[in-house]
Amino acid sequence: MAQIDIQAKILRYQPEKDEKPHWQTFAIQVADDSTILDVLNEIHWRHDGTLAYRRSCRSSICGSCAMKVNGRNVLACETPVHRFGTKLKVEPLSGFQIIKDLVVDLEPFFAKLKRIKPYLIVDKPLPDKEFVQSPAQLEQIGESTLCILCAACSAACPSSWPNQEYLGPAALLKAYRFVFDSRDDGADQRLEIVNDKNGVWRCHTIFNCMEACPKKIKITEYLSRLKLKVVENSL
Amino acid sequence: MKIEQARKYHKIDAVIVGAGLAGLRAALEVARSGLAAAVVSKVYPTRSHSGGAQGGIAAALANVSEDSLDAHMFDTIKGSDYLADQDIVEHFVNEAVNTVYEFEHMGVPFSRTADGRINQRPFGGHSAPRACFAQDITGHVLLHTLYEQCLKHNVLFFSEFQVLSLLVQNDVASGLVAWDIREGGLHIFHAKTVLLATGGYGRAWKVTSNAHANTGDGVALVLEAGLPLEDMEFVQFHPTGLYKHGILLSEAARGEGAYIINDRGERFMKNYAAAKMELAPRDVVSRAEQTEINEGRGIGGRDYVYLDLRHLGREKILSRLPQIHDLALNYLKADSIKEPVPIQPTAHYSMGGIPANIRTEVIKDAAGTVVRGLYTAGEASCLSLHGANRLGTNSMQDAATFGRIAGAHMTEFCRQNVFADLPTKPLDVAQGKIDRLWSGSGLERHAPIREELQENMTKHMGVFRNQDDMLRMLGIIKELQERYRKVGVDDRGQAFNLDLIEALELENLLSFAEVIVEGALARKESRGAHFRSDFPKRDDANWLKHTLAWRRDGKIVMDYGKAVVIYPQYQPQERKY
Repeated sequence: MAQIDIQAKILRYQPEKDEKPHWQTFAIQVADDSTILDVLNEIHWRHDGTLAYRRSCRSSICGSCAMKVNGRNVLACETPVHRFGTKLKVEPLSGFQIIKDLVVDLEPFFAKLKRIKPYLIVDKPLPDKEFVQSPAQLEQIGESTLCILCAACSAACPSSWPNQEYLGPAALLKAYRFVFDSRDDGADQRLEIVNDKNGVWRCHTIFNCMEACPKKIKITEYLSRLKLKVVENSL
Repeated sequence: MKIEQARKYHKIDAVIVGAGLAGLRAALEVARSGLAAAVVSKVYPTRSHSGGAQGGIAAALANVSEDSLDAHMFDTIKGSDYLADQDIVEHFVNEAVNTVYEFEHMGVPFSRTADGRINQRPFGGHSAPRACFAQDITGHVLLHTLYEQCLKHNVLFFSEFQVLSLLVQNDVASGLVAWDIREGGLHIFHAKTVLLATGGYGRAWKVTSNAHANTGDGVALVLEAGLPLEDMEFVQFHPTGLYKHGILLSEAARGEGAYIINDRGERFMKNYAAAKMELAPRDVVSRAEQTEINEGRGIGGRDYVYLDLRHLGREKILSRLPQIHDLALNYLKADSIKEPVPIQPTAHYSMGGIPANIRTEVIKDAAGTVVRGLYTAGEASCLSLHGANRLGTNSMQDAATFGRIAGAHMTEFCRQNVFADLPTKPLDVAQGKIDRLWSGSGLERHAPIREELQENMTKHMGVFRNQDDMLRMLGIIKELQERYRKVGVDDRGQAFNLDLIEALELENLLSFAEVIVEGALARKESRGAHFRSDFPKRDDANWLKHTLAWRRDGKIVMDYGKAVVIYPQYQPQERKY
């Protein structure tokens, strides 16, 4: 395994020192099969301990390390450096307030999730065993349950940037996930919530969310089906 | 430092440390009863490493073939190499089926049989297809579902808080002190009950399936509080870690029929576990792999073997094991549809942990004396359900089931008791840790020390152990502990100080790693995941017992408690697969 020289330009913001974010370039050596997270670790562990970023599972499932690399929203842990060559430009997700360096404030993101009642609502009596759900019924929601709440979609969404009230793709996808779950009885409540100018109708089918999703979830398609359901329901 | 000097003071009935399956399930139980439950976690709840669990959750639903609670019980006991406490296992299997149905009622998108019931797949050491699964993202969907339920029931979340000290005096818990990672500052959480659900301690190894967060903070806090840890020497190495990375490739692959092959293309498990082959328990398969590697039959003579999924076919791989396919492709550029995937044993699961009784109450000695108000569940705990080796899919079941049981007992305790008094200077221990790092000489950095620990643990405390290696490891740990005193942090800021957090975590790793080695050195036998080349046989006459280890005056001291063997039909016997 060969070592390669990397120039990593990172958007830095230390709230106790900096008035506004600024770029800092680190010239470092890493193994040629390194990921973006390996690069950040190398800098943090051996060059500048003040660098802040989120990470945990380093296997693409926890959703901690979504950030923007060379203009694209990615999970740092699963993205190989060679995808971008030797010049990296790393910055926090757009559309969120920066807490420090690559760490953004996700409280608004999680607050939006809560607004769509993100849990199964069951009015009927519970069965003794499991609800019967056919593989075809499961298929309706299967892919949407892959969402890891990394916020890469919301940060890529031009409709979300200027409008903090917009529920955004992740929360709407979660709404889809429950509305289309054969076991759920809460569709009416949720459809009422998303039938709003800051709900599904703020989605302008730009497809950025889909391109940004590290789990390759067809978010725009599901949001379109959710829109259709809203219309059907109000007829 | 007095209470008033805390950045914030919270008074909450039940404070739960850790937001994985155990912590969230406990919080849900408390919150549903109407009491206040707070979850304090170093990461956002959905970032917890329960989400990394892939293959399934065990329950004898008998949806796809015959099964029974007795069979689940026996498999678990045999899998544990007979060290599991049988009263705990019995309680566990009795609750397991309900736990799965309850999850399903909460909305977990389980994979289905053709007739719409929860599908089940085979798993290592289980005598029937018992793993209820959602593709190979079972942990992810269980975690997210529990988080959703907690939102519904208004559980309070304190995300991105690092717990720095437990408040325990005279065997009574009164809360804890935590550092607010986001903004800085110490918060006092004054509680009637505290649950430690902080997960495993795999980050002490270099090659591990564990997340960066899995630094055994809970076990280290308990040790620091003068309480014992149990069976820390038992650490499971998962046979199918992605080569070099250690990232988990679920046993579900083998459950679906994947092979493990050596350099000669042989399914070598036929020489180690002819009946169960690749679906022998993990300790057996990892030892077989390591033996092949040690004897030169790794691929190209190197330190890995192959996981071979090719014969499963594209459709099955992509529908049942999509995550595994993506991980191999992403991290090793190995397309599992077309080529075998390089794998090696990876430090995976901590059988040992914080000793607790069947009610999940933390105990402080071999006599079972309870620390009032202090509870533990999930991988951080040692009840002992898994004994010397855990079966796959029993961990998610353990976390959820005993999380719920913990929540129920905590609720009951909260209703019957008032808040215990805080110590007079509750902040001192926590503040001391931070002050030491902020005023540290800075002659040492935390990262190189941690890397030395991890590399050496992988080298000396792996699948095979012996006295010489372990004594060497003990010396290395002592030296690293010395060097840790000179660690300073670059970052003196309050907000999101990752430098500070990693330095604090290292103190924890160095603390409990010593207990792992001491426990393993003392245990002169081989049982389950603890295999000593110098004592290769199980020794029931002397070692059918649990290790309890304390740190006293800077030294590790040990005592032992008898393993609970209650059923004649589950008496220890030779373990063959």
